[in-house]
Amino acid sequence: MATPAPTDTLDLAARFPGAVTPDTRPGYTGWVVTPEKLLEFAQFVRDELGYDYLVNLCAVDYLPEDRMEVVYNVFKTTGGPGLTFKTWAPRKDPIEIPSVVSIWPGADFQEREAWDLYGVRFTGHPDLRRILMWEGFEGHPMRKDWQEPFYDEDVKPFKRRWPDGKHVYAEKRSVYGDNVYFKPGFDPEKWTPTDPEEALYKSLKKYKTETSDGIETDHIIVNMGPQHPSTHGVFRAVVVLDGETVVSLKPVMGYLHRNHEKIGERNTWLQNMPYTDRLDYFNSMTNNWGYALAVEKLMGIPVAERAEYIRVIMAELSRIQNHLILIGMLLNDLGAYFTPALYAFEERELILDVFEAVSGSRMMCNYFRFGGVVRDIDEDSMKKIRDLVFDRLPRKIEEFDHLLTENEIIVSRLKGVAPLSAEEAIAYSMAGPMLRASGVPYDIRRADPYGIYDRFDFDVAVRYNGDMYDRYLIRLDEMHQSIRILQQAVKGIPEGPISSQKPSYTTKVPPGESYGRVEGPKGELGFYIVSTGKPNPWRYHVRTPSFVNLTALEKMCVGTKIADFVAILGAVDIVLGELDR
Amino acid sequence: MKEEDLRDLNLPGYEIPPELTGQLAITTLDRIYNFGRRASLWPMMFGLACCAIEMICAQAGRYDMARFGMEVMRPSPRQSDVMIVAGTVTKKMVPAIIRLYNQMPEPKYVVAMGACASGGGPFKEGYNVVAGIDKFLPVDVYIPGCPPTPQALIHGMILLQQKIDKQSIKHVRWYDGKKEDSVAVPVPYLGPDLIDPRRIPEIKAKAAELAAQQQQLAPEQA
Repeated sequence: MATPAPTDTLDLAARFPGAVTPDTRPGYTGWVVTPEKLLEFAQFVRDELGYDYLVNLCAVDYLPEDRMEVVYNVFKTTGGPGLTFKTWAPRKDPIEIPSVVSIWPGADFQEREAWDLYGVRFTGHPDLRRILMWEGFEGHPMRKDWQEPFYDEDVKPFKRRWPDGKHVYAEKRSVYGDNVYFKPGFDPEKWTPTDPEEALYKSLKKYKTETSDGIETDHIIVNMGPQHPSTHGVFRAVVVLDGETVVSLKPVMGYLHRNHEKIGERNTWLQNMPYTDRLDYFNSMTNNWGYALAVEKLMGIPVAERAEYIRVIMAELSRIQNHLILIGMLLNDLGAYFTPALYAFEERELILDVFEAVSGSRMMCNYFRFGGVVRDIDEDSMKKIRDLVFDRLPRKIEEFDHLLTENEIIVSRLKGVAPLSAEEAIAYSMAGPMLRASGVPYDIRRADPYGIYDRFDFDVAVRYNGDMYDRYLIRLDEMHQSIRILQQAVKGIPEGPISSQKPSYTTKVPPGESYGRVEGPKGELGFYIVSTGKPNPWRYHVRTPSFVNLTALEKMCVGTKIADFVAILGAVDIVLGELDR
Repeated sequence: MKEEDLRDLNLPGYEIPPELTGQLAITTLDRIYNFGRRASLWPMMFGLACCAIEMICAQAGRYDMARFGMEVMRPSPRQSDVMIVAGTVTKKMVPAIIRLYNQMPEPKYVVAMGACASGGGPFKEGYNVVAGIDKFLPVDVYIPGCPPTPQALIHGMILLQQKIDKQSIKHVRWYDGKKEDSVAVPVPYLGPDLIDPRRIPEIKAKAAELAAQQQQLAPEQA
């Protein structure tokens, strides 16, 4: 389903003469803004046109044209299609673009990522440090002329492997015999280590107070992670404490940075599908959908009717198991060690059985294809799904509700903790349940519908207090709504082909750009892709909810107790594969 | 104790008078030592990526690793026996992993779970990825799969138990002061790229060689 070209009637070029021009490259939409006018333009777009929600910001390296482009995708929280605008600078260091953090605070981490991976210096950014790689790493690895130590060829399939099939171990091809590279003449003995942590600790707020009786109190810095049982993976947070109260907090990420985007730009279009499974490894079905949607949009192909239903069924089952695990794990973080999580895993196994039956793998489903899905659902699996959605899951969700919602410990630990107002949630580009718990009824399935969601009868779950308790409740609400969608989809699924395309290893994608977004269980999952008409994507960027939602982590945590930090992080629902990519 | 339990332990095969069965077992020191260790493996609660989720599933109701005496996940390395490296090892993370390994008391084992931990897996070519934890740590069991199913993980852990069964108190490295394996693994650090302290002379020589090559090339180009 293609989003209609935005703002046809609006002539931004006339409003900003000389500074804003329509993007006329074939396959591209939106506007090109000069860096000098970027802030003024952004302010206008936000305040006067009402695009208050910055969803995606990423850099694109157009090496042949010698320019570095930064792309912004903005939307209205009242719904409807979005606006894309770009700005670019010549590819000559330093590449400087004004930072839009002052207009959309949610741009913070995304700009840091673009600085880290592309070396775009955002002037006016309050804390421009590397975010995924470490401070001191040489080079900006996503640039097209930067080659990794195991570099083989620019794009797959690599000739040495296919069709000749003469494989040489990557270690034997690499200069240093390993996945490392040092400049000629580098001497590790004479090299003076720059402390990669120094910039991080400098960015923390320091304080020192003196009480009336002359006793000086100092801050305490606590490092949580990267190995910590309640950070849900290899996430790390550096916290400054005043007694037990959090004064300042900086998330540190990149411990699972697996270079999805670099690998993705070497892969062929179809080869990226299994890689998307490993982004948010709880919800491989939803990840598949986001990517398939972006590519289908660019290719302009329809999706087979039966496949549309199958997609909805899989995505909603995925949402239910994600929220069940979230609640189980949140209770873990609150101290109910593993009992609720065991209940959650019991139901999740049943859903994974369905995934395994249809796709062949429990977690890494690799199930979607451009134009449809890869295999049909057989009658046994349909029966399993029917049993689940009409009988078992509704009962179990009720059971969770009954056991947990009124529990005194849960209420006292969650109610009123770490509230986030609707305005703040929008400003920080929060997405998904985190946004809706703050009273913004923004759900992409309704606001910018994709697939066949416009045919189903369901409500957008919304809660208004924005505190931890609402973040817990909204997950229960969403599971109820998912059940509703599933019941309609299971009843309405038609017979027919499962793909509009013939199965093929190569995909012809016309030149252009496309941004595909789906409402993942954790929030908006977006794929920004650029095609040059070749068998491989030129740019493959993933806008992940875990990453952007963490922008507001410091805001939520300051002033709370350190024990609450663990729960707040749990309720944001991060998954590291998606956070670090 | 039940008779069956003792029968399992009764290895050298001496006859035991019928009135003493169920109360007495004649066995070797190795056997009793390993019997205790194999059935109380405490893995470290340490997940890196996708595989960690399957590790949790293996601990949860349906697969229930507790049946084999390996369920007590310890968040602290000081209390753990096995490090299950469950996921992709990145350059940024590897110093922390080595430090955790060094903090584990002997006897300690390493299980590489999944394709990434075994050899880099689908992400091997990535610039921030370490192609397998065995570049740094001695791995006892490799479990293939992406991710391995919980059954595969349990199978891998049972293989580890079988390995423990074969160890002899006479030869194990933690009682043999002479073997160098007990020495801490040098912790790599982050420079312009990941620097492995064991390879410093090699890196230095190679970088010098590259610089010389470059100098040779430079006049030619001019």
